[in-house]
Amino acid sequence: MKILVIAEHRGGKFKKGALECIAQATRLGGEVVALVIGGPDAKAGAASLGKQGAARVLAATADWLERFNGDAYARIAADVVKAEKPDAVLLAATLDGKDVAPRLAAHLDVGYAPDCTKVEAEGGRLKLVRPLYAGKAYATVKLNSSPQLVSIRPNSYPLLEQEKGDAAVSDVALSISAADVRSKVVEVEAAKTEKADLSEAEIIVSGGRGLKGPENFPLLEEFAKEIGATVGASRAVVDAGWRPHGDQVGQTGKTVAPNLYFAIGISGAIQHLAGMSTSKVIVAVNKDADAPIFKVASYGIVGDLFEVVPKMTEEVRKLKKG
Amino acid sequence: MSDFRGVDFFQLDDLLSDEERAIRDSTREFVDRELIDNRRIEECHRHGEFPRDLALKMGEQGYLGPTIEGYGCLGLNQVTYGLIMQELERGDSGVRSFCSVQSSLCMYPIYTFGSDEQKQRWLPGMAKGELIGCFGLSEPDHGSDPSGMETKATPDGKGGWVLNGTKRWITNGSIADLAIVWAKTPDGIRGFIVPTKTPGFSAPLIEGKFSLRASVTSELIMEDCHVGPDALLPGTVVPEGLKSPLMCLTQARYGIVWGVVGSMMAVFDEALRYTQQRTQFDRPLAGFQLVQEKLVWMHTELTKAQLVSLRLGRLKDQGKCKPHHVSFGKRNNCWAAREVAKLGRELLGANGVCDEYQVMRHLMNIESVYTYEGTHDIHTLVLGQHLTGHAAFRG
Amino acid sequence: MRIVVCLKPVPDTAARIKVHKDGTRVDPEGVKFVLGPYDARTIAKAIELRGAAGGGNEVVAISAGAASGEAEAKKRIKDALALGADRGVFIADPTPENRDPLATAKALAAAIKGLDGFDLVFCGRQAVDDQALSVGPMLATLLGVPCVTDAVGMEVQGSTARVRRAAEGRTEVVEVQLPAVITGQRDLADEQYPKLKEILAAGKKPIADFKFDWPATPAYHVVSLSPPPEPIAGKIVGKGPEAVPELFKLLQSEAKVLTF
Repeated sequence: MKILVIAEHRGGKFKKGALECIAQATRLGGEVVALVIGGPDAKAGAASLGKQGAARVLAATADWLERFNGDAYARIAADVVKAEKPDAVLLAATLDGKDVAPRLAAHLDVGYAPDCTKVEAEGGRLKLVRPLYAGKAYATVKLNSSPQLVSIRPNSYPLLEQEKGDAAVSDVALSISAADVRSKVVEVEAAKTEKADLSEAEIIVSGGRGLKGPENFPLLEEFAKEIGATVGASRAVVDAGWRPHGDQVGQTGKTVAPNLYFAIGISGAIQHLAGMSTSKVIVAVNKDADAPIFKVASYGIVGDLFEVVPKMTEEVRKLKKG
Repeated sequence: MSDFRGVDFFQLDDLLSDEERAIRDSTREFVDRELIDNRRIEECHRHGEFPRDLALKMGEQGYLGPTIEGYGCLGLNQVTYGLIMQELERGDSGVRSFCSVQSSLCMYPIYTFGSDEQKQRWLPGMAKGELIGCFGLSEPDHGSDPSGMETKATPDGKGGWVLNGTKRWITNGSIADLAIVWAKTPDGIRGFIVPTKTPGFSAPLIEGKFSLRASVTSELIMEDCHVGPDALLPGTVVPEGLKSPLMCLTQARYGIVWGVVGSMMAVFDEALRYTQQRTQFDRPLAGFQLVQEKLVWMHTELTKAQLVSLRLGRLKDQGKCKPHHVSFGKRNNCWAAREVAKLGRELLGANGVCDEYQVMRHLMNIESVYTYEGTHDIHTLVLGQHLTGHAAFRG
Repeated sequence: MRIVVCLKPVPDTAARIKVHKDGTRVDPEGVKFVLGPYDARTIAKAIELRGAAGGGNEVVAISAGAASGEAEAKKRIKDALALGADRGVFIADPTPENRDPLATAKALAAAIKGLDGFDLVFCGRQAVDDQALSVGPMLATLLGVPCVTDAVGMEVQGSTARVRRAAEGRTEVVEVQLPAVITGQRDLADEQYPKLKEILAAGKKPIADFKFDWPATPAYHVVSLSPPPEPIAGKIVGKGPEAVPELFKLLQSEAKVLTF
């Protein structure tokens, strides 16, 4: 099976999800070719994609491609696919990946399996698994057209245990120019200025009475900022006036169901559980090992939050640097 | 969108038209946003305040006088009106009471018994919620038997009237712009539209209520309250005595039949969630037989009440609904709602007495709803009379 | 300005999802279908951008055959009409099972080409059921117009739209020439609910049927559908700050909830 991986990067630094795609493509066997699209700096680290098993790397670079543009990226990828004729095309199911892949599917007139958590070979074709209904069901799917276009959810596969050597990088001639692009990024704000509303946040960090006072909430805010979360609070601290009412999670506050909920210094009264117990993954940090919050938590750390939370902030920084 | 999804065991939704369902859903969303999600109703209940601004919003939505044709009203059918009452009372009985009084006890008599001029003058503002009405029938000494009323309307000799008397338990009284007052004239009982700023008219608040705290309840005191000829509702007929006000009450009671279904839904939904969430003896409360028995009982009565209200509504839309049908619905559904609220409160244990949960508010409210617009016992006697031909409430 | 809003009826997110006994789809029994939360927001934005209806300004709500069936789909179109859309178009699908996003995009593209021109097409960023995030960008490609995904805000001046796009770790401001396809995030607009008279008025607005020849074989098909794996059993990772690295390892590799 010949597999083309569209390797996402930011300024030449490759996304972990992209490396995971290459690693899994390598495990599937056959020839693995990586495609890098971007500004000239994208080429700098491209050879390193060989470490995860890419036999060669194609670089489609130009100054005007430095900023992500789904329209241009998809058209360039479509041309490369037509020339390379792979059996499958993989890319990471990041926001940018999910923007490019459907356009590519339409250009190539092929089926596309988004956000897969399993990509395996079966009878010369791919067998794919993807969560539906926010994870309430899992579908095993197959694609009937060729190439099989698949995006893989980040963190679904590990990198290779044994890294390989660098790959050769060659340039791809671009069939389009800046003038062909009909949408233009005119401004980029470094991070979202507005925080997601509690009821819509994917990650929530909530604090309770264990924080001892409003002056300690910056500890949580710092961690939340680092991990990209919205800060919530238990009723106890809202009633005490430490946090505004809009931050309250629970029976009379907001009902939330994020992917990841951190309950920090919250004992887990039923009123609080009513508002958050359907969160996908719950992490509890509490010094009382018998606190009811541990009964609903997926992961718990028993300890002093004033020691644990700064360590969590530090760990996130470390992981994000990769 | 809130996570309240209604309770519909027998797929009654299939019996509703798309329009009826869409209006029900939109009202449900209104209640979530304006009353529940922002904790507004909890605050109003705690502080004994009616959310006055909500009257305007309800008018904008189309909830006031919705069955009336014209005058800024939508001319909806009776089932849709019932569904609106149901959803409002899922929020709070006091808020639903405001709407019932405005629509069925004030706009309805003006529409039914009023002159064209009266309709033009009052109905459009009432439909918008800019003008609020109240309904004065009960008196301090005449509740279940209003025929003994003491309030008098004396002709002033120039076509106008002088009103004297006291009305009590009047929803919306202190915030009303107009009162529909029933009084004895030399010819019999007739209805009057009394602007509340008329000299001699006052409406002191009744303090210390433990029920319907988010709604205003007042006394109406009329001391030589002088109104013009345009105050009399010409269609209120004599000498048929109480027929006109009782027609109004039948309308309002019909709304209550639906309203309390909403209260039951709120209580049952909360109790079901709570007992599934709360663990004691290493098991969710919902896993205990005694808890299941209560939940099943609540659900059964709720479901039966839904069937009653929908059938009643369809009969009313076909013009086949009689006052004894409404008495059946009022009697059964209010009783069921009272029992359901009691069990719901019980299932929430100590938490059930705090206003963080809704059950206690509904339980307190339902005591009024059980009592007003004809007590449970009075409706029993109405049905008794219907079945036997003997009027047990007459001497 | 003619604005098209593409809609899909989706199961209420509070619904219990059960796998149908044929093992390849969700059992529709007892599932309540609603307008998707993203669709509801794109409608609100479309109404805002349209301004007063009439004089060539209109919002057209389109839905292409869905597993929920024709009646449900038309109800959701009616929801859009109650929220202010001017007319609806429904594309029936005799075999909606296993329909893939590309086929849906083709059907929508055909119906949109059948309109007398368009300025903007909105899609929700994703349907909450199959979460493919695909129809919008596919549709744009098929229509040959640009597409901006994940819009959290936008304004239109003349024939240019300025769209704020929520990307990973950044917000882009994208300028795009109309006509264009925009997929909306939740922040694009506030979800509205209709007033009663708007619901009554919606009953009188037209919903046209558009006929489309669906491809016989889907490019994508579901072999089987299964319930999710058992949730992770709760565990205490450890005591004190020393447990933190292990916690994050588990969040990454076991719970898979981190994107870094």
